[in-house]
This record gives sequence, C-alpha cells and structure tokens, in this order.
Amino acid sequence: MTRLLAVDALWFGLIVCAIGGIIAPIGIGRGKQRDAWIAVAQGAVYANFALITVAAGAMMWALARHDFSISYVAQVGSRATPMFYTVISLWGALEGSILFWAWVLALYSVGVVWLNRKRPGLLVPYASAALLAIALFFHVLLVGPANPFHLVSPVPLDGPGPNPLLQNHILMAVHPPLLYLGYVGMSVPFAFAVGAVLSGEITNADWMRLTRRWTLTAWAFLSAAIIAGMWWSYEVLGWGGYWAWDPVENASFIPWLTATAYLHSVMVQERRDMLRLWNLNLVVGTFMLTILGTFLTRSGIISSVHAFTQGTIGYYFLAFIAIVLVGALAMVAGNSDKLRAPGKLDAALSRETVFLLNNLLLTVFMFTVLIGTLFPLVAEAVRGVKVSVGEPFYNRMTLPVMVALLFLMGVGPALPWKRGNMDDLKRKMLPGLIVAAMVATIVVVVGAKSVYAVLAFSFVGFAATMNVMEFVIGARARVSAHGERFGTALLRLIAGNRRRYGGYIAHMGIFVAATGIAASSTFRSEGEATLKPGQSMVVGKTTARLKDVWGREEKQRSVIGATVELVRDGAVYASLTPRMNFYPTSQQPIPTPDVRSTPFGDTYMNLMSFQQDGSSATIKVILEPLVPWIWMGGGIIVLGALVSAWPVRKLA
Amino acid sequence: MIALVTVVVAATLALASPQAVTPPAVSAIVVPTQRSTADSILEARTTEVAKGLRCPICQGLSIQDSPSEISQQMRALVKEQLRAGKSPDDVRAYFVSKYSEWILLAPEAKGFNLVAYLAPALLFLGGLGTIALVVRRWTAAGESTVAQGAVAADAGQSTQPD
Amino acid sequence: MNWRRAALASAAAAPVIALLAWGMTRDPKEIVSPLPGRNAPEFSLGVFAPGEPPLARKVGDTIALASMRGKIVVFNFWASWCLECRVEHKDLSFVAQQNASKSVQFVGVLYNDVPSAGLEWIGKMGGQAYPSVLDQGARTAIDYGLYGVPETFVIDASGRVAYKHTGPIPAALLQSKIDSLLAAPAVQSPASR
Repeated sequence: MTRLLAVDALWFGLIVCAIGGIIAPIGIGRGKQRDAWIAVAQGAVYANFALITVAAGAMMWALARHDFSISYVAQVGSRATPMFYTVISLWGALEGSILFWAWVLALYSVGVVWLNRKRPGLLVPYASAALLAIALFFHVLLVGPANPFHLVSPVPLDGPGPNPLLQNHILMAVHPPLLYLGYVGMSVPFAFAVGAVLSGEITNADWMRLTRRWTLTAWAFLSAAIIAGMWWSYEVLGWGGYWAWDPVENASFIPWLTATAYLHSVMVQERRDMLRLWNLNLVVGTFMLTILGTFLTRSGIISSVHAFTQGTIGYYFLAFIAIVLVGALAMVAGNSDKLRAPGKLDAALSRETVFLLNNLLLTVFMFTVLIGTLFPLVAEAVRGVKVSVGEPFYNRMTLPVMVALLFLMGVGPALPWKRGNMDDLKRKMLPGLIVAAMVATIVVVVGAKSVYAVLAFSFVGFAATMNVMEFVIGARARVSAHGERFGTALLRLIAGNRRRYGGYIAHMGIFVAATGIAASSTFRSEGEATLKPGQSMVVGKTTARLKDVWGREEKQRSVIGATVELVRDGAVYASLTPRMNFYPTSQQPIPTPDVRSTPFGDTYMNLMSFQQDGSSATIKVILEPLVPWIWMGGGIIVLGALVSAWPVRKLA
Repeated sequence: MIALVTVVVAATLALASPQAVTPPAVSAIVVPTQRSTADSILEARTTEVAKGLRCPICQGLSIQDSPSEISQQMRALVKEQLRAGKSPDDVRAYFVSKYSEWILLAPEAKGFNLVAYLAPALLFLGGLGTIALVVRRWTAAGESTVAQGAVAADAGQSTQPD
Repeated sequence: MNWRRAALASAAAAPVIALLAWGMTRDPKEIVSPLPGRNAPEFSLGVFAPGEPPLARKVGDTIALASMRGKIVVFNFWASWCLECRVEHKDLSFVAQQNASKSVQFVGVLYNDVPSAGLEWIGKMGGQAYPSVLDQGARTAIDYGLYGVPETFVIDASGRVAYKHTGPIPAALLQSKIDSLLAAPAVQSPASR
C-alpha cells in the first residue's frame, strides 16, 4: 500500500513537473491568458513539493518498518541496523539519494515561489518553470532507472543493511543533507538566470540582487558539506587524512570554486555594472558543474570512493547534460550582445582589480581540479593507456594558486574601491607583512622545510592581520565617533554592514581552516608498533600504552578493539579504543580509528592487526597538529555567510 | 593585538610540533622510531617515493598513506630497493613494469600527459594577459569619462560602508 | 537573441558529450597488465598445501618457475578470505586434473593470508588438486602486478606470460588457453631477460 501510494505520487509528480516546467512556460511565452499560466507554474511547484514529500515520507516509513517488499528497503535495510542509521540510509544508496535530491529541489522551489509571490513580472514564473524542468528529469529517473519502489516478491525476511562504512559515524546524518542543500541550491541561481533571459530582465541588475542570497545560502551549505565530508572521512576511513582528491571530493569542490568566484565578482557588477556576461557564465557554469559532478559519481565512468552502482542511469544523466549544456551555451552566447557593456575603471590599483585577479585564480584552480579529474578519461581516449591523477599532481599544481589566493585575501581589504594609492597601500600592509615575517621565522624554527608550508603560514598570518585590522580600525572609529565601548562598537560595525563584515568573518574562517590544513600536513608525525598488553610506544611527546585487546558482539556486527591509554608522568590522561568491525556482508573488516581531539591537535589511532588470542596488537599512532582548526574554520565560514546573508530590516 | 595573535600562533605550533623526548623510565617500552641518521634518510627517501605510488586496491591513496597490507608490503619493497642502491626512478620504473603507468599517482610529464600540466598554466597566463589588457582598456575609458563628467559624479560620493 | 552565435557556442558541447559518452563504454577498474608477452618473473616458493596425486608435492618442497621450463604453468593467486575464489575453485582443480597427463603444471599461491586458514579453506572446499605455495611479504604478488584475488596467469613453455585473467576464471576459458598453447609450434629459445 505504501509502495503504490509512493509510485503514484511519483508519477503524478512527473506529470505536474511536465505541465509546470514545459507547458506552462510555453503558455506564458505565447502571451494569451498569461496570468493563468503563471498560476499554473506556481501551483505546479507547490503540488510537486506535496507529492515528492509523500513519496519521500513513504520511503522513510517503509525503511523504519523494515518493509522489505520495497526494493530500496530490501537493498539497504536490515533489522539489525540501529533505527538512526536505518532512517538516514534514505540517502545511503543511489535510488534513495535521487529521491532525496528531488525532495530538496522541490523544497527550494517552494521557497523561491513563496518568498517572491508578490513580485511582478515574468522572471519568477520562468525561473519556477526552469526548476520544474530540472525536477522533471529527476522524476523521470525515479519512475525509470532509479526507481526505489520496485516490488520485491517473494518478500525477504531481512536485508543486508547499509554499507558498513555508512554505519560508523554520526556525520553520516549531516554530510549528505548539507551536500544536497548546497549542490541542489545551485540550481536556484541558474533558474533565475534562465528566468531573466526568458523574461528579458537579463539586462537589468535586479535579477542578480534577487539571486545573491540564494547563492550565498547554497554556498554556505556547500562549504559546510565539504568540511563535514572531510571530517567524516578523517574519522572513518582510517588513514589519518581528510582529503584525497578523489573524484567525488573534486566534484563537490569544483562548483564551490566557481560559486566563490561569483560571490566576489558580483560585487564588481553591483558597483560598476561590469562583468555581467562573466557573472552569467559563472552562474550557469556552477550549475553545469554540479550536474557534471553528479554524473561523474553516478555513471561509473570514473572510479571513486563514492561510486554508486553503474547501470543505465549514466545514460540518462548524459542525455540531461547534453540538453542542458547545449541550452546553456546557446542561451549565454545568444544573449552575450545584450550583456556586453564597455567597462570603466578609475584606476588599475583598486579593489576591482584584486577581484579580477581573485576570479582568475579561482577559475584556474577550478580548471586544474577539473582537468585532473577528467584527465584519466581523456588520456585513455587519446593514448589508450590508463593513467592515475592523484595527490602529487594536485599538490604541485594547486599549492601555488592556493598560496597566491591567501596573499590576495590580505591585499583586498587594504585597497579601496575605485582608486587606491600606492603609499597608502604600503602603509596599510606593513603590519600584515611584519606578522608574515614573524610567522615565517617561527615556522622555519619549529621545523617546516617546504617552501609552500612557510609561504602558506606567513600569508595566512598576513591576510589574517589585514582582515582583523578591518574590524579593529572600524570599531575604533566608532568608539571615537560615538563613544561606544569596543565590544558594542564591534557588533554595531558588523550589523551596520553585514555583507562586508560577514565576508571578512568568512575569510577568517578560511584562515583558521588553512592553518589547520597547513599544520597537520607539515608537522604531522606517526609511529607504528606491535605491543603486548602493558607495553608502550612513544611518538613525538606522546606515550601510548596498550591495556588490552577485547571483543564484543553487537546486533549488526562483531567488534574487536584495543584499549590504549595515553600516559604522561605515570598518569593516564586519555584512553582510546581503535576497533575493527566485522560485518557479515563484508569480506574484510572495516577498521574504525579512534581520535582524541584537543584545540592543539589530534592523537589519531588505528588498530592495524591483532593476534586472535589477544596477546598482542599492532597500533599505529598519528599525531596531527591543529586538525580541529579545520572543522572550527568551517564553522566560522558558515557563520560569516550567515551574517552576510542576514536580511536587513527595511526602514519604512 | 598583532603581538597577541603572533604569540597565540607561536605557542600553538610549539606545543603541537613533535620534538625528541627521552622516554620515561618505565619497563617494557617499545619505541618504534629510534633510528640512526642513515635509517632516517632512507625512511625519508622511501616516504618520498611511496607518496608517488598508488595503492592497487584503494581509491586513490598512496602506498605511503594506505594502511592496507599490500601497500605496506609494496612500501617495504621500495625501502629494500632503495637500500640496495636503486634510484627512485628505477624503483618507479620497476612498479610501472609490473602494474602499468596507472600505479603512478601523477602522470609522467611527457608526451600527451603534458597537457594536464600545461593547460592550467596556459589558462593562467592567458587570463593574466586578458586582465592586463582589459584593465588598461577600462581605465582609459574611465579617464575619458572622468574628464567629461567629473563635477557631476562627485556629488553623491559619501563614505558609506559598502 | 543572436542565433548564429548561439549555434556556434552549442557546438562546443559536442566534444564534451562525445568524451563522456565514450567514457560510458569503458570500465575504470580494468587495468591492462604489462606482463602478457613478457618473461614471467622468476619465483621460488615453499609448498604448504600438498595438493592431491598425481599433482601432489611434499609440504616444505620448493617450487621454482625455472624448474618448470618446457611445461605450461597455470599460476593462480588466492586467499581464504576471498569470496570470488570460491567460484573458481572447483573449475581450477577440475582443469588441473584433466590436464595432468600433459605437460601442464598448476600452482596456487596464497596471498596475504595465514597457512592454517588456507589449509582449513581447502578442507572446507573439498580439497585442491594441485599444490599451493606461500608468498612471504607478497613479493611474488607484487612481481606479478597483483591488484587483488583471484588472478590467474598462464605461462607458456618458454617462460613467457601468455595470458592474465582477473577474477574467477571459467573452466572452459582456461582449457582453451591451455589448448592453444599446447597446439603452438615448438618455441624459439627463450627471450633474454
């Protein structure tokens, strides 16, 4: 019954999307009974959301009740899996993730229509239609190759459960929803762009203003998702790293780069009415890259950690990409004349130029990661040989760009809009450069050997100083002008110009995260030893003593673990339990590391192997300085985006 | 303020960085990293080569990073070959002869593979050149309009926060 | 709307779509091994599972590739924890026995496993017709460019790798490979190392 209800909802949803996404815009374009067609498009958005909520709700209900007559539940469900992981396995495998995607898209669409319901003009109706057209594709998948509601007969008594790696950590509940909110959110600016073109408002700056908060919101979610993904893989995968340049990681990072570029260059457009065509390219490009990224991870075309099952779904995505790519290229190129405007700059030494350079670096960064991800495919096509593109390539090619961006982040705040003054600039940059020199010295003394490490740390010091100065100088100005206390002045300063200071807060988040990344790569140390209970090993300043090796049975798995105590001056100050989980469905055990986090760094421990009788265990200890700064930095970035996007109460 | 930041950063790095420590006098200690200088150099060279070799069963990890058994075995072989006097290039050539080019984590910079290395660089140079041209053109345009309408434009320029 | 420019721009989509479409026909996990056609790497490993007559060898004996020159060698990597190995196990023993009278030698190699687990597995699977050897430190596995188990190498009488099979090998395929090598004309002197 649940199944039929859900399948019906999906089919009705498909029809609703077809009406709202294809027929309605044609009706609007024709001009006859325009208002009726606009209402149809709007109504379709609400109806689609209701229907997809029914389908998604039915799936969660089926998962919770272990209804193994439904194919997706039979695939990922298991009576032994704890309810928490059962419910979140909605997004654990391909079909469920497509259902979830469609739901998030519908949610965004409702937001777009509801929040703009009083806005006159054709922009929003056309944008809604665009969103419904995208939703139509996902509905086609849901009734076709990605149907999660196939009937399974005879009904199995139990299922294999979700992939063991997805049952190990609570971040599994957090990372995918954030990622979908970010990824799918990039459809909204794209839809607005399409709406602007179709309604003729493309030459008017208002559509960009409308889009900004949506882009910022999606960007914030995507940033959080990337950081959460890094954190999850760090805690779960067991190699002590948080980024491996895996194709799916790159797929989430590439649109983030173009979105970041857009958030900056749109400021240039708003002030100088320039870069309109470039910004349109960025908006459309970001959306295209999200679809490309989804295709890469779902088609089986590139092997990856996240690879969902291969099958016909890849061809559907390919067709969708082809249609959207051709349409997007045609739309942008066809309207390029309207958007090209002679630009005007007051001076080369200005913040505008810094933003141009920022966009250049981010674009090169994006292109490098994209070419690295696709190169194995290209090389095979041209040379017939498979090659790998991994960390050494990306490090060599992107570290210079990252370091240059950090430097630019310090120069930007020091240069005013329109026209900067070289002497002013030098004077303003001096404190930052002093800090940079100090940091460089400290870092070299403490043991950093790589040039990039030294540059990264010192540029972070430079840029962080420059950004902090913006807050301090601004607050001090308020203190002398209004006599406020420093704290109040600071808050009022930020509230008075949320966009700018929100941006600076987000920058601070980047600096904190960058410090964490630089420190944990440069100053990392590790050691591995086979210990008997009572024996210790020393890595750096940490002494780890094996207490015992134990085993226990859990509902869905068997666990073998080692209890390892961290000792200082004879006293135990921490206890870690790295484990190995044995699932019935998996050939090899899934190791779970244990991590002790402090603000200064992590002690990361892995159980490499053990003797069956518990007489010894091989433990690997990795010391990773400042890793928590990466997660904290992520939080600060999101905070900055929140401050920046917070609506200003309009004065009557 | 700046001093405070510097002190915090320095303190954090100093506390977090690994330093040599005399092991406390407790019985039954196993110390994995006590090495001679020659050993340390060999270990560093092994790490260097291992970072560039791909673990055959993992998703993109190097044999240096991967905790899998085969990776550790391959790493041990790398160490042995380096100790026996082979050059890093020889070691890499050995693994390529067994596993094909796929085992290298960065494509060898020759032939068609150069596209991957050169394309981003060319894009950067091209973009930089474009920006230089465009900025020059736009500032020239800016100056001519300034000459025309300077007085009028000055009116509304307050020091509003952006 | 500038249709000409729009058409030109959308033509740029073609190579991208073509590349992705072509990519759909490829298997990213399939890596072509450089070994076929080259001399098989030498190995000399100790027997831990004797196999059954007439192919049996004593536990502790050393099997060396060089000593098998002139015979066709089927070299199979397996492990007790490998689920796919169970699929091909009977086939391998069957083909081994079928070809026992011809100059075809089967050797199994245990990969990243303990001998006791290997012997237990053989017992559970109903015996193994040919001997299996131990590969300490996976040196031979690495020498053969092993990506996982099971993998099977067919080495011709002159010591060259004729064929590599990844995954469980069906009996018919294995037999046909052996037959084509047996039918081949007398080989020239083995290629120099």
